[in-house]
Amino acid sequence: MSGNLVTVRDVHFYRGKRPIYSGVDIDIRRGKITAILGPSGTGKTTLLRLISGQLKASQGSVEFDGKNVSQLSRSGLFELRKRLGMLFQTGALLTDLTVFDNVAYPLREHSGKSEKEIFKIVLDKLEAVGLRNARDLMPSELSGGMARRVALARAIALGPDLVMYDEPFTGQDPISMGVLIKLIRSVNDDLGITSVVVSHDVDEVLSIADYAYIVADGKVICQGDSDTLRASQSEWVQQFLNGKADGPVSFHFPGPSYQDDLAAEGIA
Amino acid sequence: MTTFFAHLGRSFLFLLQLLAALVPTSGKLRLRLLTQQIWSVGNQSLVIIVVSGVFVGMVLALQGYRTLVTFGAEESLGVVVGLSIVRELGPVLTGLLFAGRAGSALAAEIGLMRATEQIDGLELMAVDPVRRLLVPRFLAVMISLPLLTAIFSCMAIGAAGAHLIGVDLLGVDGGAYWSQMKAAVDFQGDVLNGVIKSVVFAFGVGWIALYQGYFAAPTSEGVGRATTRTVVTSSLFILGSNFVLTALLFGGL
Repeated sequence: MSGNLVTVRDVHFYRGKRPIYSGVDIDIRRGKITAILGPSGTGKTTLLRLISGQLKASQGSVEFDGKNVSQLSRSGLFELRKRLGMLFQTGALLTDLTVFDNVAYPLREHSGKSEKEIFKIVLDKLEAVGLRNARDLMPSELSGGMARRVALARAIALGPDLVMYDEPFTGQDPISMGVLIKLIRSVNDDLGITSVVVSHDVDEVLSIADYAYIVADGKVICQGDSDTLRASQSEWVQQFLNGKADGPVSFHFPGPSYQDDLAAEGIA
Repeated sequence: MTTFFAHLGRSFLFLLQLLAALVPTSGKLRLRLLTQQIWSVGNQSLVIIVVSGVFVGMVLALQGYRTLVTFGAEESLGVVVGLSIVRELGPVLTGLLFAGRAGSALAAEIGLMRATEQIDGLELMAVDPVRRLLVPRFLAVMISLPLLTAIFSCMAIGAAGAHLIGVDLLGVDGGAYWSQMKAAVDFQGDVLNGVIKSVVFAFGVGWIALYQGYFAAPTSEGVGRATTRTVVTSSLFILGSNFVLTALLFGGL
């Protein structure tokens, strides 16, 4: 098992007339954790939706295990999605089902297994995320971090080939952040799953990613393992990785200068 | 104007999608999902429908009596109440109340599921949200609203509504109340036409509420707008289509 699970080639994507991607190449290698970094609003989530086939690229190709995602039929897409797990920012648990039923949901829909087998699998997955004893709670009774762990258990319930994490660390306290980092690593290594993590929490992501891409303005700005990224000569990359307030990305919203504004009103 | 037509086109495509999904592919209609929805859509609307029915019947009897008594025709109260409830007030008022109670709740529920990524989550679990979420709700509306209309009409006409005021309080003869109503209200011409109306209204409310919820902007503001639009659009749909239906079913134009 080597090579790429997902290959993104020269993808262009427009939202209305606004270009989100203009020619992006990304490889997601089997069994590795690949990180996609970038500022807010650069369409990182869009990239995940292109991989899952919820959106179609206007140009270029997205291949999942050798199949071109944008050419799949609806039933072909649904088959593909059974091999995908996705962790949404909010967890996206079904609010009217308990934790147990949420994790059991994809199994009941697709696996055709008996309730006994499903019980065993659900307990295994909940044990893996440390929430076996929370199985009777409703999603509204969970903290944000716990909801994400349940969602992770659900995402891996069907034994997918690829798990995609959409901003998994946003709004987490240090402890649940640590738990999530450990889980992403252990799910990837123990279950032999390929992972994609989309985030702007630079330090956390780089601590677990085998390979990372920095995406901004519709292009891949920089790629490599974390050492390569940190050694980048690009001022922009340095500003992004170190979180400096000013740099190539200006602190001030572009426009006339302060002096010009005053002068225009005859004050200066 | 273009956005209006865009909405119209999208809502028709949505309707086609919904109707296509009504045909069960796997063979097993998900009965449990349907009964759950009938519970939340129908049963939860029961109180408002029953109470409103009682009050509408009472007012109708009071006003009807005051007018009829000046002609000495108060024995015909049953006819006035029966025809107006079965033909018009029953289906229309139940439809409006239902749009406010259940339609808005449906739009908010679906809209919130959109906003909290639950619908995307289903799609990514290879579960068709139209089949799984929308179809049971649509069917529940189609089943519940005609039944609620029947309940509303019975409450308005019956012992707690118009009968209470007209017969028990104002002294209309009970036998005349029922027998004149029975003679005047035709099953096919009146009751069945009322049922047809309520089915059409159910179709409209279900379609509008689910459409608004499904395409709500994924923000709290968007969900709020979806519920408001559901109530406004369904109410207009009900009143407008009621006029057309009356003209078609009862003639006279």
